[in-house]
Amino acid sequence: MHVPDGFLDAPTSIATGVVAAAAIAVALRGARRELDDRTAPMAGLVAAFVFAAQMINFPVGAGTSGHLLGGAMAAVLVGPYTAALCLAVVLLVQGLLFADGGITALGTNITLFSVVAVGAGWLVFRGFQAVLPKKLGLVPVLAGVAALVSVPVTAAAFVALFALGGQAPVPLDSLLTAMLGWHVLIGIGEALITALVLSSVVAARPDLVRGARPLLAGRTLEIRTAATVREATS
Amino acid sequence: MRTRSFLLAGLLAALLLGGVASYYASSHPDGLEHVAERAGFLDTAEEHAAADGPLAGYAVESVADDRLSGGLAGVVGIAVTLLLAGGIAYAVRRRVPQDEDAG
Repeated sequence: MHVPDGFLDAPTSIATGVVAAAAIAVALRGARRELDDRTAPMAGLVAAFVFAAQMINFPVGAGTSGHLLGGAMAAVLVGPYTAALCLAVVLLVQGLLFADGGITALGTNITLFSVVAVGAGWLVFRGFQAVLPKKLGLVPVLAGVAALVSVPVTAAAFVALFALGGQAPVPLDSLLTAMLGWHVLIGIGEALITALVLSSVVAARPDLVRGARPLLAGRTLEIRTAATVREATS
Repeated sequence: MRTRSFLLAGLLAALLLGGVASYYASSHPDGLEHVAERAGFLDTAEEHAAADGPLAGYAVESVADDRLSGGLAGVVGIAVTLLLAGGIAYAVRRRVPQDEDAG
């Protein structure tokens, strides 16, 4: 879903650039609470994995393909603020080195991936987690559901931006219908990949999964450094 | 699983995806491109400013073999992304108190 240069007009691109810059500033502050010596390498790995996974376009029928956005997956793995930074780094590398996603559209893409996809994915995940039984086995399922929802929500956000500053006169209702239709299909792929990755990581190292933290508190033995105690009591 | 083993396994998975499996990825337009084409605004996309770059389009410019070219591009992208995101994460992380005392 990388938006190229030219789809949106300059004012809209500048506005999304401002939104993206503000989001990164907020994420840099918020990520401090999510990252320590143990989880910082996870952030690098998650960004690298999302970059790699985004190279794999899977077919969704009728000559169309899709790839992972990774917003929900990253949010559940490393927390939403760190995930926003990870996705922004991926988009920066893709845009500057690989000519994938426009350069004037970088703010638009960061807004869509880091804010909308990560935000929607995390909210859906935490929303379900709040009302469902606190079981570790549910983490991959809920991450999958969050991933499924995050893709069409991000597609709808693109249509909203297109309504503001699209460079072509296109009927918005049919654009929205087409975008939602295809991105629900892509979302199913996103959900499967996300659930698979989360079930692997939860099986191997649940303590490294941010979205599993509330379920592990008080259950596992851990070596408490001053930092973990301070976090647990804050 | 030890943390180091886990991280190495994750990195290996990423390298296999980007360096090997990416060759088999679908080359059909993605959802947005497809919709843009049908709706008639795909041609509003401008030529990418970095379209002539040495890695543009996930291919290393000077490598003729498609499989090798794409795989190398994937590995380079993974390395750059890992270092950049990992570096930012290390820079903003909470330091353990010992570090603060030492500093």
